[in-house]
Amino acid sequence: MRFRIIVLAKQVPDTRNVGKDAMKADGTVNRAALPAIFNPEDLHALEQALSIKDKIPYAEVILLTMGPTRAAEIIREAMYRGADHGYLITDRKFAGSDTLATSYALSLAVKKLAPYHLVISGRQAIDGDTAQVGPQTAEKLGIPQITYAEEILSLDAKKIIVKRRLERGVEVVNSTLPALITVHSSAPPCRQRIGKLLMKYKHARTVTELQNETKDYTELYNERPYLLIEEWSAEELKADNEWLGLSGSPTKVKKIENVVFQHKESKILSNSDKDIEKLMQTLISSHIIG
Amino acid sequence: MNNIFVYCEVTEERSIADVSLELLSKGRKLADDLKVKLEAVVIGHKVTKLEALLYPFGVDVIHYADDEKLFPYTTLPHTTVIIELFKKEHPEIVLFGATSIGRDLAPRVASALRCGLTADCTSLEIGDHFDNKSQTEYRNLLFQIRPAFGGNIIATIINPETRPQMATVREGVMKKELYSVKYKGKLNKIDARSILKDEDFAVTIIERHLEKSRIDIKNAQVIISGGYGVGSKENFRLLFELAEILGAQVGASRAAVDAGFVEHGRQVGQTGVTVRPKLYIACGISGAVQHRAGMDQSAQIISINTDINAPINQIADYTIIGNVADVIPRMIKYYRKNSK
Repeated sequence: MRFRIIVLAKQVPDTRNVGKDAMKADGTVNRAALPAIFNPEDLHALEQALSIKDKIPYAEVILLTMGPTRAAEIIREAMYRGADHGYLITDRKFAGSDTLATSYALSLAVKKLAPYHLVISGRQAIDGDTAQVGPQTAEKLGIPQITYAEEILSLDAKKIIVKRRLERGVEVVNSTLPALITVHSSAPPCRQRIGKLLMKYKHARTVTELQNETKDYTELYNERPYLLIEEWSAEELKADNEWLGLSGSPTKVKKIENVVFQHKESKILSNSDKDIEKLMQTLISSHIIG
Repeated sequence: MNNIFVYCEVTEERSIADVSLELLSKGRKLADDLKVKLEAVVIGHKVTKLEALLYPFGVDVIHYADDEKLFPYTTLPHTTVIIELFKKEHPEIVLFGATSIGRDLAPRVASALRCGLTADCTSLEIGDHFDNKSQTEYRNLLFQIRPAFGGNIIATIINPETRPQMATVREGVMKKELYSVKYKGKLNKIDARSILKDEDFAVTIIERHLEKSRIDIKNAQVIISGGYGVGSKENFRLLFELAEILGAQVGASRAAVDAGFVEHGRQVGQTGVTVRPKLYIACGISGAVQHRAGMDQSAQIISINTDINAPINQIADYTIIGNVADVIPRMIKYYRKNSK
């Protein structure tokens, strides 16, 4: 039997490089102005999965993501780096999902991929920073979770030993399999794309993407069926609509405020020697320093 | 209305973590607003002076599960004990520390109870909400306020329908305050053995050791913090030099950490450490909300920035318009000259 590893990943707006046009005049986020990227910690998760595959030849790595059609970009990106397949869960019914509704949909897709041995994701995504989807998916699957993982120390068909990076130290734990692991940014970064794989998978598309292509891919796909990235809808996941999207999300956003800074009387100083010396004198005489 | 619960983390020293005491202080205020009781949940083994420590924070009930298998923390046994307790007690609100324990435990509990959870709140308030769509008025909800989207917006999150309303809060965000030294509550012992199943021990700890990070910016009186505007790892050396002289610690913004200028342990802000030093010198930091959330309670703030319009300047007491590499060496020079 193959050793099946499922990597959960998310395409996120790059909130770390927010430019001036990132906010619209009405104070809402201008998503179009932010580049969409592979969530950084999910890349660390992918690397953990790929390094297992390096050691165990019968391991396979499957990338699973939820999002709009465009999110297939990160599935291809994962394939260029060594993932074997990918699945995109996509449906309008998922719109407005909070972490609970998201973990429900993800858990159904993971179950559809059973039997699996390991589920790996990044600790958190940079657009929300909640770190909730991993543990919530593990709970829905009824499997143990190991969060804040830094390194997989050993692994066999039944158990895994993982080093965790915590605030005040390091913890090494042993878990039965299957289990879900969330990977911390202190883990090794992901390997780069591999030229051969880029050539192999550059025409990989989802059904929706194929419909939007002007070129006819029929012949190519008959020859190379592995290029098709499967899309799963809520129906294909046999999801209960009550648990999806807004109705499946107990948290509601009451209000969003653009960041407003309270004005405080700030003294503007030049960078002249006189100003800097005066400031240091003030700090010393008021016993703030010295 | 039902009561407010705080999950209290047990430290290595078998006491209660500071973040939990801060949450008890906040929980007491919310309980007074709502006229309900404050209850603490403690899961561990041989916790010292538990009652004497917690009651003065205004705790009415301590639910205590004491068993050698419950310390140190592992996810599943703590989840099981909490879920059993909550199914009986039906809390209105539950608060967890946003630590590696709280952020591991709270989502698992929320998933099992199918209730809402908001991570890393920077403020918690009680308020009413009118839902236009269903024309329903909700009274006395917990408003969970947090920066989102990398700190570019501030969101107020509510859970109108589901209970408990759960939130995590980072250490240092709420203030630790005694309620009354004479306050007395009661102890409810939980028999964990009767609740726990074999599957709860699927994860076992093989080894753990403290690697006390040498970096302790949380307790520093003075912090020299650098942002992306510092420009390079080399320029950060100037910050370390000034810190050395002032007996200060070096902090950083997320952008500086992401750029690899300094290690993550120095990150100040929503996803780093929250600090309240006597003096915070922000060098080349523009001041995204997610950063400000971690330092805006500093007693004095100095901003050094080439951009007069940098948002951080608006919360600074002094703003020096200039380049970090140019200003800091002169701060060192004039400190030396005047401190003797």
